[in-house]
Amino acid sequence: MLWMQETEQANVVVRGARVVDPSEGIDATLDVRIDDGVIARIGDQVDTNEHRVVDGSGLVLAPAFVDPHVHLRTPGREDEETIASGTAAAAAGGYCAILGMPNTDPVVDSASTLQSLVEAARRDAVVAVGFMGAITRGQAGEELTEMAELADAGAAAFSDDGVPVSSAGLLRRALQYSSITGRPLALHCEEPSLTRGSHMHMGRVSAELGIAGYPSVGESVMVERDLSLAAAEGQQLHLMHLSAAESVAALRRAREAGVRGSGEVTPHHLVLTDEAVRSLDPNVKMNPPLRSEPDRIALIEALRDGTIECVATDHAPHARHEKEVPFEAAPNGVTGLETAFAALYTHLVGPGLLTLSTLLERMSAGPARVFGLDRPRVATGARANLVLLDLDREWRVETFRSRSTNSWLIGETLRGGVVMTIANGTVAYQ
Amino acid sequence: MGTSIRLVHDDLRPPQPSTRRHLLSMADVSRDDVERVLGTARVFASSLDRAVKKLPTLKGHLVVNLFYESSTRTSSSFELAAKRLSADTLTIKSAGSSVDKGESLKDTALTLGAYDPDVIVVRHPQAGAAHFVSRIADAHVVNAGDGKHQHPSQALLDLYTLQQELGSLEGLHVAIVGDVLHSRVARSLVQAFALMNMRCTLVGPPTLLPEGLAESTTDIDAIRDADVVYVLRMQHERMQAGSNFVPSLREYTAKWGITPERLTPGQKVMHPGPMNRGVEIDPRVADCGDALVETQVRSGLVVRMAILYDLLVGGPVGVRALAAAEVA
Repeated sequence: MLWMQETEQANVVVRGARVVDPSEGIDATLDVRIDDGVIARIGDQVDTNEHRVVDGSGLVLAPAFVDPHVHLRTPGREDEETIASGTAAAAAGGYCAILGMPNTDPVVDSASTLQSLVEAARRDAVVAVGFMGAITRGQAGEELTEMAELADAGAAAFSDDGVPVSSAGLLRRALQYSSITGRPLALHCEEPSLTRGSHMHMGRVSAELGIAGYPSVGESVMVERDLSLAAAEGQQLHLMHLSAAESVAALRRAREAGVRGSGEVTPHHLVLTDEAVRSLDPNVKMNPPLRSEPDRIALIEALRDGTIECVATDHAPHARHEKEVPFEAAPNGVTGLETAFAALYTHLVGPGLLTLSTLLERMSAGPARVFGLDRPRVATGARANLVLLDLDREWRVETFRSRSTNSWLIGETLRGGVVMTIANGTVAYQ
Repeated sequence: MGTSIRLVHDDLRPPQPSTRRHLLSMADVSRDDVERVLGTARVFASSLDRAVKKLPTLKGHLVVNLFYESSTRTSSSFELAAKRLSADTLTIKSAGSSVDKGESLKDTALTLGAYDPDVIVVRHPQAGAAHFVSRIADAHVVNAGDGKHQHPSQALLDLYTLQQELGSLEGLHVAIVGDVLHSRVARSLVQAFALMNMRCTLVGPPTLLPEGLAESTTDIDAIRDADVVYVLRMQHERMQAGSNFVPSLREYTAKWGITPERLTPGQKVMHPGPMNRGVEIDPRVADCGDALVETQVRSGLVVRMAILYDLLVGGPVGVRALAAAEVA
């Protein structure tokens, strides 16, 4: 279900790092030795076996991150991102595995398109990458894709991301039919008749700016509908890029009632609010839009209590000329792979809104669990999927491995740097 | 590794706070700024009473008008304002220019920038257009209307009109009536009125009153308490079938149209134009002595002269001397 290029397996010892793996209950200063890409020893003063030694003192070694929501823009917009550049950006951000969204050109709605991506990933991907297939052909919201064949070809999940599945009847069929694949549906929740023509959150700021607003209820009404359908069908459902307090409340209620619903939230929704739109900077324009401070607080609370299990970047590269236009003319989307950890460490862990351990869990074990992927972990015998972090490093966001530069953090100084990423036993970044 | 990691070094300087002064939004304008510009406008107004109306003040300067939306009064007013101050002017309208050929706003702004304009006046259907031009062009930028966002020169000329007609602005109560939701004029006015310690009430159908902007009501009788009734244009394109902001223009007129019966004697009536007579404003109101619509247009000229002067020359001190000396 995940692919990357075959490269040299690491033989390395990380000496004296603070090892943090919330799922394994580890938080201690330890040595970790990796033999041929597999964690061989964890302990004090482990033998180096003549491996390269990385001095981990003052650093944190943790399970590498998993991003369930990345736009790799391939096929169709390789000028914006390729599998090589997107996975290089992921490695630089501490990710060992990412899932690509199917809203490409052509849409990933057939096994043959998916197979071509798998081949490209085997050739070019420097971290493990999986691909979602579309729920409907061409993401047109009318006919189901051949989900069984897509799953056999390796589809990690199904999504019409970018557009909602408008028809409740069709979503019900998708929930029923996709059950044979064992892969979840990942849903973009938006009621088009409430959001048409909008460019930002509807609220006081949109009223002042005179920019057509997307009300919170435009998302939450669809979240409630989709959770009701999941409950009725007894199927699993993943809600992507949640932004509104009302959506979070609906997800919490549904989970308490036993619905198998999960949710994700992006770094930009956790850090920014619609106040940022006053700058009219196209790099704070995305769908769903940045919402109000109470929404942001509700999202942080949901991440903390586990109602939302994953951080997802919704990394959405755009060509420079497409973003160099007035705010209302700009396309939705911002990049995020290279800045996600540092943004959240700086803006949530720093001020005490979230613990480091919870952040690490929601960026790694959480998304792996939701999508049924192997959990990156610090355990003897496990393939090495690790990230070495320097929590004290301050750096300025100004260069990118992504082909696109539409980051909401350009020029910002962040705390928390990635020193090394090991993905599937290979040193993918250092 | 099989793939070389390509570092994209790019000229990604974050937008630097510009040292150049622009007029982009009433949100950036201070009370001192307003008083200075209105003072300058009064000086220019007196100069317009002379036989020779042209002042040499901005001789050798270039003012470019970049209009992506149709406009009669704003574009003519800025053009004439620049000419009265002896600046060279270039007016570019989207129809018939390379904008028609798909040229981006960035490239159009860079192209015009090659002529070294001192001021670029921008009207554009999208919010943020003037801000965008101010980031790429090496000129003072005046926002002459961007989407439904801002129209600061209109707010300044309305303040000038009110001050000339009613004396002090302090404590004046203005009711803004109509389609506030789609009105950049209303947004700039709400900020301008707050800046000058005036009271503002928004009146209109609930679907056209955005929440949180200012005190608002759907009850048209609320206009009776106001010193001034500011009528907004009902835009026909907003009322197309299916948009459902109001059921019909007929019903709008019946509920919120400004008629002589709904006004209190002596109330002043303003409208930014163009008017839809018989829709938002009864023709008897439009033509009555208390309607200040033409005064607003006249104010537009001197206020825009003052805006250009303020951006390019600055301070009020020199104005009196200059205007007096040069007219003499």
